[in-house]
Amino acid sequence: MIKILFFAALRERLNCDYYQLACNSPTTVSDILVQLKQHSDKWQQELSRSDLLCAVNQTMVAQNASVAVGDEVAFFPPVTGG
Amino acid sequence: MNIFVAVQTDDFCHASEYNELRKQPGCGAIVTFTGLVRDLIATELYAMTLEHYPGMTEAALRDIAQQASQRWQLGSVHIIHRVGKLKTQDQIVFVGVTSAHRAAAFSACEFIMDYLKNRAPLWKKEHSAQGANWVEAKHSDQDALARWQQNVN
Repeated sequence: MIKILFFAALRERLNCDYYQLACNSPTTVSDILVQLKQHSDKWQQELSRSDLLCAVNQTMVAQNASVAVGDEVAFFPPVTGG
Repeated sequence: MNIFVAVQTDDFCHASEYNELRKQPGCGAIVTFTGLVRDLIATELYAMTLEHYPGMTEAALRDIAQQASQRWQLGSVHIIHRVGKLKTQDQIVFVGVTSAHRAAAFSACEFIMDYLKNRAPLWKKEHSAQGANWVEAKHSDQDALARWQQNVN
């Protein structure tokens, strides 16, 4: 299993904050995105945004980053704190 | 280097933070920044909700403080960011930096805010007369960060 988290505007648009992805072998963020986009047209559209950010185990990564079974992967829009 | 980081719903007290920063040995300068919820009259903004990524936000703020301490000789860095629902004029963020002399403290405080705005997983949603809207990231914030990346010292 891989734990997927969504935050802020993305969480609201997908109507989902937490998703468990079945997975038994190492993968990459981009492969995870391919799988998630199959969920619906809405997910396809939202997860294809060019400004989508990603963190693996709470560290920001690029979409070619590798992901191990049991990792926590988060997707979110550009940050706006401060 | 003494780093204190907090992400909290509760308000913070500027005077208490300042008095803590004053205790840092060798402290000759303190620079603080406080960010507030602005009352945007045009949109009749009345509140804001701050969302964060528990665990990662704290780690990101700590990392930003550490990066600042690698660039300047600092004594103490305090970063407090509030989350949850805030009203206009509420305090959102506090950054306090101490150093022996003013230049390092001024630069480090600005650097920390520029990094925080671009790198810390925090998101603002504005509540106004027009409804609730997620704030879009600003190019001016990205430009502010790029300035530090070009300017190695």
